[in-house]
Amino acid sequence: MSETPILELRGINKSFGAIQVLHSVDFRVFPGEVMALVGDNGAGKSTLVKCVAGIYPMDSGEILFDGSPVQVHGPRDAAALGIEIVYQDLALCDNLDIVQNMFLGRETTTPLHTLDEGSMERRARETLAGLSVRTVKSVRQLVSDLSGGQRQTVAIAKAVLWNNRVVLLDEPTAALGVAQTEQVLDLVRRLAHNGLGVVLISHNMNDVMQVADRITTLYLGKVAAEVKTVDVTHSQVVELITAGRTGNIGLKPAEAAQSA
Amino acid sequence: MSEPTDTPQSTETPTPPAPPTVTVAAPDTSSVSTFTVDAGASNLKEAVVGYLNKIRGGETGALPAFAGLVLLLVVFSATTKVFLTRGNLANLPTQAAPTILIAMGLVFVLLLGEIDLSAGTAAGLASAGMAITVNHGGNLESQLKGGMFGAYVVFMVIALGVAFWQRLWAFGGAIVFGVVVLLTHLGSNQVVAMLLAVTTGSAIGILTGYLRARVGIPSFVVTLALFLAWQGVLIQFLGSGNAIATRRFQYINALENTNIKPVWGWIVLVLFVGGYGGFTLYRSVKRRSEHLSAEPVSIVLSRFFVLAVLGFVAVFFLNKNRNTNSKGKHIEGVPWVVLLILILLVALTILLSKTTFGRHLYASGGNAEAARRAGIDVPRMRIAAFGISSTLAAIGGVVLASKQGGVPADAGGGNTLLFAVGAAVVGGTSLFGGRGRVRDAILGGLVINLIPNGLQLHPNLGASYQYVITGGFLLTAAAVDALSRRRQPT
Repeated sequence: MSETPILELRGINKSFGAIQVLHSVDFRVFPGEVMALVGDNGAGKSTLVKCVAGIYPMDSGEILFDGSPVQVHGPRDAAALGIEIVYQDLALCDNLDIVQNMFLGRETTTPLHTLDEGSMERRARETLAGLSVRTVKSVRQLVSDLSGGQRQTVAIAKAVLWNNRVVLLDEPTAALGVAQTEQVLDLVRRLAHNGLGVVLISHNMNDVMQVADRITTLYLGKVAAEVKTVDVTHSQVVELITAGRTGNIGLKPAEAAQSA
Repeated sequence: MSEPTDTPQSTETPTPPAPPTVTVAAPDTSSVSTFTVDAGASNLKEAVVGYLNKIRGGETGALPAFAGLVLLLVVFSATTKVFLTRGNLANLPTQAAPTILIAMGLVFVLLLGEIDLSAGTAAGLASAGMAITVNHGGNLESQLKGGMFGAYVVFMVIALGVAFWQRLWAFGGAIVFGVVVLLTHLGSNQVVAMLLAVTTGSAIGILTGYLRARVGIPSFVVTLALFLAWQGVLIQFLGSGNAIATRRFQYINALENTNIKPVWGWIVLVLFVGGYGGFTLYRSVKRRSEHLSAEPVSIVLSRFFVLAVLGFVAVFFLNKNRNTNSKGKHIEGVPWVVLLILILLVALTILLSKTTFGRHLYASGGNAEAARRAGIDVPRMRIAAFGISSTLAAIGGVVLASKQGGVPADAGGGNTLLFAVGAAVVGGTSLFGGRGRVRDAILGGLVINLIPNGLQLHPNLGASYQYVITGGFLLTAAAVDALSRRRQPT
């Protein structure tokens, strides 16, 4: 694809004390595509995400957004660029309703400095409708009344509401049943369809093969391979995750063995 | 793959904080209709069913407190003849006022899942400062010996620094006022002296909140320590004297002991209940016309009707002469303190439900981690909540001094605080945080104070009964709260 990636990481290194967690990692996300980020536990997925989010400072490497280098020193920087991360534990307030949660921390107010409930509700509704969300009965439902899938939907819709251009989803289907997983994966596809760059972090190979356009495999802090989903099989991806290489894709045999 | 990526991408503006035209708005307009049916219940029957479901789901709201109030009224009127007649009930508002005011502040702390055990003694201390000030022509310095005055000023200035540092401007401004009053002897004016007490409360709350939020001491321990400490400071303030009288100060005394003219009672009723009814009706109609979720008009009108009837009955009885000596001076009208409580109710309810601050307070109490990730400075919210709590407690302290005619050495001590916590919880505020309203304090305060009010008419039932019954109510309310929490899906 000739297009410039919307988000590109080049040569990211990150150590915690003596332990190097990321070894010159390259990672890119294209607009309108779902990029899956897979890897075994401890491969560095979460660390990479937290570097993008500005939660961890990187030791070296650069972040390019829309082709130009940017500095991300904190969550606010990431948010200002239009990068949103939907964490596994969702971070929704049970005692607030859907609209209130979607606008939390970024409420719109009237000239009198009171909350502009009308415009917030309208926009929440438009966003949910734009994502073809049909599982939520009312935008004024309390989050405590929602199922796991509905909560995930709200968390993702919240990310979309703010004109974000890159959304990182951390294990969005981990806690969901079959039907709800389908709904959320549908939503992930629609995000990409709407032009966003989507990063899907998942352990579930079925989910990854189903919705991802490309797959980046991390193996012990190194990128084993970045492949197009159509070019690989399920078992090849698993091999990349567990051994760092498969056939002629992946790390050089020596490198893979040495890392292990 | 490349077709869908190009079009939406090009329409997107490169500046991220651009106006909220969501990129996803277009693709499927038909599905917008999915959400036009969600505007909530459209008629009374649906609304009633919805309400019952809510109660079953644990959202009991004001129901338990209201039930308790009705139960007590029925029991007391059935067992004593004088309960309803002799104007006994007319004493309830002034009896309950200190509890209600302290509880109103506690609601803010409880919303965050915290507790403020020091609110009672802080109230006593703040009112002691006021009482000494007015009694000595505004010169507090001459009365607080041994560096106490200096310590008072330094304390206020430290609180001032914390308030400004935490960008809590309203508190900062209030405390500046307090410091000025302390240093310039302006407190010879009663109103200024009352405000000194209030700002002292703000300073106490800000520092309590700081210890909780930034130092990280659990609120139970911080406020337990301060509960003890303020009692000691209060005794030190009073010196050798037992109590400082405030009875002769007209304005301070007026709060609990004089009433507004009967005709003004009606005007207040029309203003508050009418204003509330008008606002909720306007909101319902306007939101409905904009296809937003709205309360059905029938609900709004029935609630308005109930409120109007209750308000009418209350004003009607309060406007009757309640002096048992028929030859004596007429005692009639709504007590001033009721007006004070109503004004605070409206102001604090707006703060909680209509402002960003209030929204962030609920969020911090509901899920502090989510609030933090949403960019809310949760520790700052905590400091503000404690600030509000102690400010309201100080107002309660002033009212308590007005009721007692002075500030004794045990002002705000004993069970004052515990009854206020009880009031908030009985009213429906959750001890687990995230749920509660200012009106809970009023409903709960009335229930808690109706118990001694009615029991005193049973001479053979002593204080022992009052404690046990109050304890029973509190236990029931806390059980309702805990059970409702358990029934909610996680």
